[in-house]
This record gives sequence, C-alpha cells and structure tokens, in this order.
Amino acid sequence: MRIKIFIFVFNVFFLTSSYSNENQTKLLEIYKNLRCLVCQGQSIADSNSDFAATIKLVVQDQFNEGKTEDEIYEFLTSKYGEWIVYQPTFSKNNFLLWALPYAVLIFGAVIIFLLVRKTKHNNVN
Amino acid sequence: MKINISKIIIFSFVIFFLSIFWQGLKINNNYDTKSLIGNQISNFQLAKLDNNTQYISEKDLAENTYTLINFFASWCSPCRNEHKYLLNLSNEKKQIKIIGINFKDKKNNAMNFLNELGNPYDFVGTDSDGKISILFGIYGIPESILVDSDLTIIKKIVGPINQFQYDKILKLIQ
Repeated sequence: MRIKIFIFVFNVFFLTSSYSNENQTKLLEIYKNLRCLVCQGQSIADSNSDFAATIKLVVQDQFNEGKTEDEIYEFLTSKYGEWIVYQPTFSKNNFLLWALPYAVLIFGAVIIFLLVRKTKHNNVN
Repeated sequence: MKINISKIIIFSFVIFFLSIFWQGLKINNNYDTKSLIGNQISNFQLAKLDNNTQYISEKDLAENTYTLINFFASWCSPCRNEHKYLLNLSNEKKQIKIIGINFKDKKNNAMNFLNELGNPYDFVGTDSDGKISILFGIYGIPESILVDSDLTIIKKIVGPINQFQYDKILKLIQ
C-alpha cells in the first residue's frame, strides 16, 4: 500500500513539474519574440526593465487564461504596433521580407545550374 | 553584340538591393504609438486610489464628451512639470474629464503628491502592478490619452504635457 501511495505521489509530482517546465519554456519562447520598447536591442526575455517586467506579467496572465501564442502577439500588436514582435506576421507591407530569402535561394540555384551546364558543355566540346 | 544575361540579372539585383537599403535609410526608427490614434480603448476596470472597493470602467468614460487619461506617479519628475497644465485643463474646460492613473506607486506617496500639487483629476485610479498601462499601450510615464465619447483615441501624448501639447488638446476639444 505504501509503495502504491509513493508511486502515486511521485507521478503527481513528476507530471506537475514537467507541465510547469513546459509552460516556462513556452513563456520564454514568447518573451524572446517580444521587443523591449524602452531598451537598446533587447528582447523582453533579456531585459530587466520595468516595462519588460510588466509585459511578462501580462503575457503570463494571458497564457494562464489559455490564450494561444498568436492571440498574445495579436493583443500586444494591437496595443504597441508590429514593432513589438520580432517576427512580424505576413502582410502586403512586408511580403518582400518573407519572399526575398526564397527568391534569392531560387536565383542562386538557377545560377549554379547554368554554370554547371556551361562547364559540362565546354568539357564536351 | 552579345548580351550577357547573367550580368544583366546580377546588375538588376544589385540595383534592387541598393534601392531597398536607400529606402531603409529614410525610415524613421524611433518608436511611437501614433498608430493607436483612431483605435478604441480596451475594456478595463480601474480601482480608486483611496478606496479599493470603488471602480470605474470604459462605460463610465463613454458618458463624458472627452476624457483625458493621464498616467502619473509621485516618483516621476516630469509628471510634476505637466501638473500645472492638467490643473488648468480641469479648472477651465468643463467638457473634458481627467482620469488619473497612478502607476506603480505607493498610495501614501501618491496622496502626498496630489495634496502638494493639487488634484486635477475627476477620478484617481491605481495601477500598482502596471498591468492596466499595457491595456492603454503605455511604455513609460507620463503618458496621456485623449478619448472621445465613442472611446476612440484622438490623441496620445508620450512624455509630459507642455504648452504646445496643451494648446493642441484645447484645439481638439473645441
């Protein structure tokens, strides 16, 4: 009986602590994607400023209420604009920012392909 | 004449990137909250500073023609500088109500601050942990937000109210 109680308590403790660790990791991930507006190049996760501390409290509250990461970003963006998130959402204003790396990748691949083909062609001749 | 397509493409890309960087140089990187003008304020519940059982919410603000929401603290020195403008506004303009939100402050210090400089506020609320300030997009104090009866933000003042800002508020509420 004692062993059963021990296993039960151990499981409850283990599950609670792993759940809490998971939440902490998720919260840290959210803080890292938020810009501290009153600091120089720091995220909310890195900053100890008053502003960062308040944002952490609000994010924590919303997270505990069950809001998703995107809902939290949406709320903060509505209050502080796109500037507060490091990874902005896709929109017509920033489509170049999202599309350019892929365009450069494709362009690079085409250049390499053409060069390889040209070299092969020269070798055959 | 043989046209080298690769060179043309590379040249176009260089021009394209240079033009992006050129545009980037013209962008103002200073953060401001002008984009909030025209937005509606969030729902909120604000406890009274000297009596935590009394509250106001956005519904109370909707009854006023104009409301100026001012975030202040006793430890904030620029708040002292703007106080005379708030007192003038409260004494001279009856169409505007002023709500003071005491930000991350001690109750006694805030009461002393108001006793010493005068109380321009129709309601003084407390935001001891700063969470309410986030609902209003505040990132430092003093900050003030002017809203109309539709609860739409018509002006946001970051920093202390000065003569220039005071005149602008008067113009807006005429």
